[in-house]
Amino acid sequence: MPRLSYRRALTRALADEMTRDESVFLLGEDIRVAAANVTSGLLKRFGPERVLDTPLSEQAFTSFATGAALAGLRPVLEFQIPSLLFLVFEQIVNHAHKFPLMTGGQCAVPVTYLVPGSGSRTGWAGQHSDHPYSLFAHVGVTTVVPATPADAYGLLVSAIRCDDPVVVFAPAGALDVRADVVDLAPVPLGRGVVRRPGTDVTVVAVGHLVHDALAVADELADQVSVEVFDPRTLYPVDWDGLVGSVSRTGRLVVVDDSNRSCGIAGEIIATVVERVRLLAPPRRVTRPDGAVLPFAPALDRAVQPGRDQLTAAIQLTMKDG
Amino acid sequence: MTHDPVRLYRTVRLIRRFEERAIELVRAGEIVGGIHPYLGQEGIAAGVCAALRDGDLVTGTHRGHGHVLGKGADPARMLAELCGRVTGLNRGRGGSMHAADFGVGVLGANAIVGAAGAILTGAVWARRRRGDDLVGATFFGDGAVNEGMLLEAFNLAALWRVPVLFVCENNGYATTMPVAGAVAGTIAGRAAAFGMPATVVDGQDPEQVRDATAAAVARMRAGGGPELVEAHTYRFDAHHTFEHAVRLEYRPPDEVAAGRSRDPVDIQGARLPPAARAAVDAEVEATLAAAVAYALASPPPDPAAALEHLYASGLTARTGGG
Ligand SMILES: Cc1ncc(C[n+]2csc(CCOP(=O)(O)OP(=O)(O)O)c2C)c(N)n1
Ligand SMILES: [Mg+2]
Repeated sequence: MPRLSYRRALTRALADEMTRDESVFLLGEDIRVAAANVTSGLLKRFGPERVLDTPLSEQAFTSFATGAALAGLRPVLEFQIPSLLFLVFEQIVNHAHKFPLMTGGQCAVPVTYLVPGSGSRTGWAGQHSDHPYSLFAHVGVTTVVPATPADAYGLLVSAIRCDDPVVVFAPAGALDVRADVVDLAPVPLGRGVVRRPGTDVTVVAVGHLVHDALAVADELADQVSVEVFDPRTLYPVDWDGLVGSVSRTGRLVVVDDSNRSCGIAGEIIATVVERVRLLAPPRRVTRPDGAVLPFAPALDRAVQPGRDQLTAAIQLTMKDG
Repeated sequence: MTHDPVRLYRTVRLIRRFEERAIELVRAGEIVGGIHPYLGQEGIAAGVCAALRDGDLVTGTHRGHGHVLGKGADPARMLAELCGRVTGLNRGRGGSMHAADFGVGVLGANAIVGAAGAILTGAVWARRRRGDDLVGATFFGDGAVNEGMLLEAFNLAALWRVPVLFVCENNGYATTMPVAGAVAGTIAGRAAAFGMPATVVDGQDPEQVRDATAAAVARMRAGGGPELVEAHTYRFDAHHTFEHAVRLEYRPPDEVAAGRSRDPVDIQGARLPPAARAAVDAEVEATLAAAVAYALASPPPDPAAALEHLYASGLTARTGGG
């Protein structure tokens, strides 16, 4: 069976969509030489007209893409650093996202914002280690965080085909994941997946943390039957799929690489308790409130949600009822 | 491109009377949130749009009624939009500051100062890449020339030679901040820094604006890159209609009087025989009377559909619980 890395899955998705649809093109910094090792080979295959290196002008090229989308193209933007999304939050949220409603449905803005290497990259410190997916979920921009190579492919394809703006976070912690892949296919936006069935507790894990949740579930297998639910899309969340899982297990733990306050874990817990009577109080494992990732590796790790915390949270939830 | 002085006058007059009728509707409570009146600046939108073709693209500003009307949007549907009616250009979802009419090439007024230039640059680039022979014009105020995102757009358009006309409506103030207190160097000098030709014109003279635009657009259509036109003008009324209730003192009365003495309606009107001018005036009155009647007779949108059009993909926002 062929092994596919997460990065190459992203490359394949870009190449397949560029082949399928002439209107798809790429914009970004240093993408012709594939500095982030995602756009590798695409310049040669598709030419400079469809693989555009931009000046360091994130605000201009993000809105340039909005304009190109208004005119019928499907731009895919690559961002070198997750925090650059703060710089272009205005362009994505206040313009691209709002145009369809504000114009009364006169237009669509099919732009994909791809962030390869979101979250901690270990040793890149405060300004390169953000994971701002909850911000986009909050404002209602379609947001996906694929955990596996197959999903990286399938969700990026669906993002490019979507008629609305979509932010694709490819966590640094997942970029080196490899998997046996039989069929590559689009993965529908807004559809979660049970990664591991279980009966005692549902662990919702986002992005790279899916792999940690699976490892913890295996470690605890003789004590607790853990179901791991990967929402894949954080806006819109697959509430029915999630509620189905928690209805079966009756317990909920969420592990999420956001800062705690107003992070997606809070929204997941709130929505589940609105719909399901739980057997024990739900718990979440997140970055601390207001966290800035410090540089030293031990500090960086201390601020991220980890396996020990997740194990403790699962055990507490089981003890509570 | 129209050389017809009557048509140019008609646009100037239409925008003028549209704004005056809109202010009446603000006072009457039919337009909520107020407007940024374009009074005094009509010659710029009228002159620029007279030099454009139907297929060319435009983006406007918070003071954007003139840009939308100048490009050919239906005044009745524009007024209905201002009144928040479902028959409005944006089905009541945009209002004064977001009025858009993609059908006539208006990709929207944009309420964020300096934001629209990059959007228009991308749209013109994309359409030309598909083989469409068109150019764009993006309007912005003197306040926008210190916004980084607009300066980034200058660079991108010039670098990639996208034929966009950057039209600066220099009315001397950004709200209450005078140009002298905000702009280091010059506005035209910013264009020079990016290798863009710049033309400074009298924005009160619609024909001068039209001719400068026509010359720039001709160079752009012949393969030239973006250009800048800086049109000097004067805002006759408030920054926003809220000032009608709250008098802010920042423009000396003699300056206001001098500014108002150069009225684009009169400057262009004087180029018409009196009878022709009177005929246009009467026609504009009739158009606007019908527009007001249409707007006020139109129903408001259904609150149950408040978030309709939020997602082009058909996604619907979660409202109540679960
Ligand atoms: C980025 C941004 N900053 C501030 C505002 C608030 N604001 C709206 S209009 C305006 C003044 C704009 O001045 P100018 O660009 O000269 O246009 P004018 O109003 O004179 O037509 C300001 C500060 C805004 N809408 N956008
Ligand atoms: Mg101004």
